Amino acid sequence: MPGQDHPPNASPDYKSTARRAPSRPAVVLPHSLSEITGPSLRAARLDSGENDLTRQRMGEPLGERIIVQGRVLDQDGRPVPEALVEIWQCNAAGRYHHPGDQHDAPLDPNFYGGGRARADAEGNYRFVTIKPGAYPWKNHHNAWRPAHIHFSLFGPAFATRLITQMYFPGDPLLPFDPIYKSVPEGARARLQAAFDIEATQPEWALAYRFDIVLRGRNATPMENA
Amino acid sequence: MSRPLTPSQTIGPFYFGTITNAYRHDLAPRGVVGERLEIELSLHDADGAIVPDGLFEIWQANSHGRYDHPEDRRNLPLDPGFDGFGRASTDTAGRATFGTIKPGRVPWPAGGLQAAHINISVFARGVLNRLATRLYFEGDPELAEDPVLKLVEPARRATLIAKRDASGVWRLPIHLGGAHETVFFDC
Repeated sequence: MPGQDHPPNASPDYKSTARRAPSRPAVVLPHSLSEITGPSLRAARLDSGENDLTRQRMGEPLGERIIVQGRVLDQDGRPVPEALVEIWQCNAAGRYHHPGDQHDAPLDPNFYGGGRARADAEGNYRFVTIKPGAYPWKNHHNAWRPAHIHFSLFGPAFATRLITQMYFPGDPLLPFDPIYKSVPEGARARLQAAFDIEATQPEWALAYRFDIVLRGRNATPMENA
Repeated sequence: MSRPLTPSQTIGPFYFGTITNAYRHDLAPRGVVGERLEIELSLHDADGAIVPDGLFEIWQANSHGRYDHPEDRRNLPLDPGFDGFGRASTDTAGRATFGTIKPGRVPWPAGGLQAAHINISVFARGVLNRLATRLYFEGDPELAEDPVLKLVEPARRATLIAKRDASGVWRLPIHLGGAHETVFFDC
């Protein structure tokens, strides 16, 4: 899978890969029904408002309200219709609603940080959320994660499953982040959303566009080798 | 028009929300046709230490060998109570359990049938790309002729084959590295 688009499994500057990266090459698998089918979660019914992370609690969360929208496409530029998009993120102060997050920053009782959206027939999805904060982690001295939103997509097949992270354009922490920099240099910028003045809502929220490109239906592993 | 792929990133340690709300430990509630199975996957790092912050997803055909997916157009029954998808995180012991039914055999593009198997995705902090592997069943007489197992060097095939313990649970340890490193697939 790695190739020119994806990170190598072993990425020494990201310390956790040292004991968790397979050392042997993956076995290339010709595609059978097991690989060209996959969970679509098409039957999963979304409640209205699951894509608005600012309205999941009694009040509005603190932070900068933003719109994050884009298209889910395949390599041939075709939309992935009705794709389920799952996201999760920390709050504006850089703290996750997760028991394992011990960062000394406040939780926001009005922000949970998980959402999902169903793309339309043209692959368009849209979230309303708040801009996540940066936060420290223990990878190395003075390590900080750039602001990011986690994205999870199924696409049309088992072979197209993707989990990734969206970053913000021009974040000064990007050049120092070993997770972002695990991606081959020529592909990194694809993980930065674009500021989208056209999609902003005056007097209300700024907007970012993040298009996501999944493997094509007919792509074979050899194309990425 | 060819578009460059969106690169993969780690799931990280703090996944939650919709991911965990969509946990599906039991894929086969009462009424689903097939032989009931209890499966326990466990996740281990290259030193053999357990991985307590991993996530498994499974994807499988129903007992007739039919995937609940538009690409599977064969004239075999779908089971309305079974869509073949499961998701669970590892616990503090590095384990995740699933209740499901034994999948039927599915065809191989070059002809014939594959041995019964369950497709697995592995995610974890420190794992930058989704890792794809399979679970087969020890004692299945079809293993010797399975076209995917034949792609794997013989000494490593056992990493894909679950064993049934005395209590009837099918167990498969998944090793991210080390001497028992699991076979992962580029698919």
